Amino acid sequence: MNGYNFAYLDEPTKRMIRRAILKAVAIPGHQVPFGAREMPLPYGWGTGGIQVTAAILGADDVLKVIDQGADDTTNAVSIRRFFSHVAGVETTTRTRDATVIQTRHRIPETPLTGDQILVYQVPLPEPLAKLEPSRAETKQMHALADYGLMHVKLYEDIARFGHVTISYDYPVMVNGRYLMSPSPIPAFDTLKMNRMPALQLFGAGREKRIYAVPPYTTVRPLDFDDHPFSLTRAPHACALCGATNSYLDEVVTDDRGSRMFVCSDTDYCADRRGEMEGDAS
Amino acid sequence: MTLPLLEAHDLQLQFGSIRALDHVSMALWPGEVLAIVGESGSGKTTLLKVLSGSDKPDAGQVLYRDPELALHDVHAMGAPQLRALHRSDWGFVQQNPRDALRMGVSAGGNVGERLMAQGDRNYGNIRQVALDWLAQVEIDGRRIDDLPRTFSGGMLQRLQIARTLATHPRLVFMDEPTGGLDVSVQAKLLDLIRSLVSRLGLAVILVTHDIAVARLLAGRILVMRRGQVVETGLTDQVLDDPQHPYTQLLVSSVLQA
Amino acid sequence: MAYVAVKGGERAIDAAHDWLARTRRGETAVPEIKTDQIAEQLGRAVDRVMAEGSCYDRDLAALAIKQAQGDLIEAAFLLRAYRTTLPRFASSRPVETSAMLIHRRISAIYKDLPGGQVLGPTYDYTHRLLDFALAADADSAMVPAAVPSSTEADQSPPAVTPRVLDMLQAEGLMGAEPQSDAVPGDITREPMSFPAGRDIRLQALARGDEGFLLALGYSTQRGYGNSHPFVGELRMGDVSIEIEPPELGFAIDIGRITLTECEMVNQFGGSKTEPPQFTRGYGLCFGHGERKAMGMALVDRAMRAEELGEDADAPAQDIEFVLYHSDNIEATGFVEHLKLPHYVDFQSELETIRQIRRRAETKPDTGAGEPQ
Repeated sequence: MNGYNFAYLDEPTKRMIRRAILKAVAIPGHQVPFGAREMPLPYGWGTGGIQVTAAILGADDVLKVIDQGADDTTNAVSIRRFFSHVAGVETTTRTRDATVIQTRHRIPETPLTGDQILVYQVPLPEPLAKLEPSRAETKQMHALADYGLMHVKLYEDIARFGHVTISYDYPVMVNGRYLMSPSPIPAFDTLKMNRMPALQLFGAGREKRIYAVPPYTTVRPLDFDDHPFSLTRAPHACALCGATNSYLDEVVTDDRGSRMFVCSDTDYCADRRGEMEGDAS
Repeated sequence: MTLPLLEAHDLQLQFGSIRALDHVSMALWPGEVLAIVGESGSGKTTLLKVLSGSDKPDAGQVLYRDPELALHDVHAMGAPQLRALHRSDWGFVQQNPRDALRMGVSAGGNVGERLMAQGDRNYGNIRQVALDWLAQVEIDGRRIDDLPRTFSGGMLQRLQIARTLATHPRLVFMDEPTGGLDVSVQAKLLDLIRSLVSRLGLAVILVTHDIAVARLLAGRILVMRRGQVVETGLTDQVLDDPQHPYTQLLVSSVLQA
Repeated sequence: MAYVAVKGGERAIDAAHDWLARTRRGETAVPEIKTDQIAEQLGRAVDRVMAEGSCYDRDLAALAIKQAQGDLIEAAFLLRAYRTTLPRFASSRPVETSAMLIHRRISAIYKDLPGGQVLGPTYDYTHRLLDFALAADADSAMVPAAVPSSTEADQSPPAVTPRVLDMLQAEGLMGAEPQSDAVPGDITREPMSFPAGRDIRLQALARGDEGFLLALGYSTQRGYGNSHPFVGELRMGDVSIEIEPPELGFAIDIGRITLTECEMVNQFGGSKTEPPQFTRGYGLCFGHGERKAMGMALVDRAMRAEELGEDADAPAQDIEFVLYHSDNIEATGFVEHLKLPHYVDFQSELETIRQIRRRAETKPDTGAGEPQ
């Protein structure tokens, strides 16, 4: 695009972000402060993820952007357009074909490979923020691995409701050292992060933090031995592809309580339907 | 012969022109209750802060002997080690329980926090320990899921004690633990502290301005004035036959009152 | 099926942008507003957008206001997003506000003082009566002509108008600020960290939201961190910007900008060893922005509570709280992002709440799964 550098950011800024990414990869789960720039999209729309993607994108990359698991949600469309505009890279909706996948709130159902990078958009990188608002204090807690408070929160949930009520952005321990926010993905997706072959990068633009989970790193949700982490999904099959193992969106179809359940991952669903049609023919 | 649990050598600390600690030395043996008494401004709270590692002295050393008898310089260890010590071997009972408790977390969660910080990951076990401790400090187990803000002042202080003792510390620092309470509530709490301390064989460093509290709980006493230790010895001995004029004054003022 | 096959994302965005463009233009029978009209006639809006957009360019700010339909935070955002792509040629030398070409200068703490009180273009003493003459296509001939004041007629304006607080400082009554040639921090390049120095604090406030600073400053007056402020001086006018290119070795004037500066005099600190002194709260912003500069000065002083040995328990005194929430571009982004789809998270919440309710219905006695 005329007047702007490849992938919008200038090269020194990209270098600065890549340095932060390298540091993040070297200390899995640790939040690295970086000089986040003001982007032409608003804070909260994924400026952190966009900056990470812009910093790692090469001319040969194939980019996929999803929001809520879908390629066609408005914000996913908008970010994909931004990169076709400013980087001219090839884009795809197919998980298998993408080299870089930027996501908001989901991990694709199709297992990722070592040739892929998953970039998460992160609103609040600090997993302790809801318990302790001061960043100066939480920084200290991370330095001392002082995470008893997070367990207190889980204890309180069980005492009150019988089980942990955190249903998304479920806190995880990375590499046995740092407590990390996986971004607001549903708890259903949490275990996909563990020992994932793909590099996982997390960008928080407004909060100016980058963190990472390198390939094949241990990621464990916090839990108790006698109340192990459990994931929830709507107890249905996808109305379109029949999948019983995918995360489902609930779609309200009238105002009398009718609803249908369909895959949140639109590419996965379409792929399965393609397969089924193929089988039928 | 047993070795001291905690030793302080020639501590000095100056705030502006005020000598808060003036060449203070002391030692504490396992299972012993030591009271630090003096008026406000005598340096007793400063001494407690320096002994427990939260304030650094200008000069002097505080040494802690761990269960394997290894000595640790409290002010030379890093923040992570000090924090680990504070949530394992050591405990701290604040004058105001609201400073120590999490008021938005249930009684059970408050007692369980130290267990969880030490790595206990069994909910049932944490809950059982919390129930046991609530019973030991005479709080009804049915209140385990209640928030502390529904508790009375005396209950809050007992909850703080349960929270502090749940991980079986060897050494507990107490800063005016009966400070803000009514006389009748104080008496009951002192009784409870005395029985817990003797049953658990705790070593305690207790700061108080109240000679009666010292007499009831402490085996040994250390009298401070203007940053200096003016007299130290067995509690009964010091209080019944004070040698230093300042101690005499302290004791007589209690008698008059 | 129509509910599910939502494939219209791209078309919807295009259509929305078209509609937005039509809305922005409004009724085409009404002549289109020109950016020079905005720059000339909506000067205070332009000033605010330059201050919060932290980019001094009246024409670009006017363009941003036009493009944003007068939504000033949106306009500041447009300006910021443009500014971030610009190369940095140089840092200016510190501006010298005592050499300001004064348009307005008042002190509330002296009746008269060197340089005088200059009322300037202020709404302060206007009666807030709607002027219907402005609604009728008022002619520019109705605008009063500039009349030279008696002072101006008698003598040329002084080259230097001394700052009131400097006079107090010379008397030893005002705490001196530490002088430093250190390069100040820049929160647009490096993320904030705490404790944050005064350079960082002042930069954040200068870019901060006027409404936020106004409300926080107001809260300090109502007892949430009171520091007993007086307006030592409020001045607005033009200052020269100088840069010193390394290859030249001397400073050159690259232009003039309008600034508003406010220095508040606050109650004294002091101790047994140090005699009491007044303390300073400082506010400075682009353009004519008295409300902003005054709010900033109140909040700057409030944030010095800890350094001056005061209790720091009011919101305006909590540095981390103030700095993390003063930026309206960040704030509006995070508040407004709640509009984006969150149905995946909400679905998780739905399943969890249904699960808890099922459990509560099957075991009506205990939510906690334990005998009471």
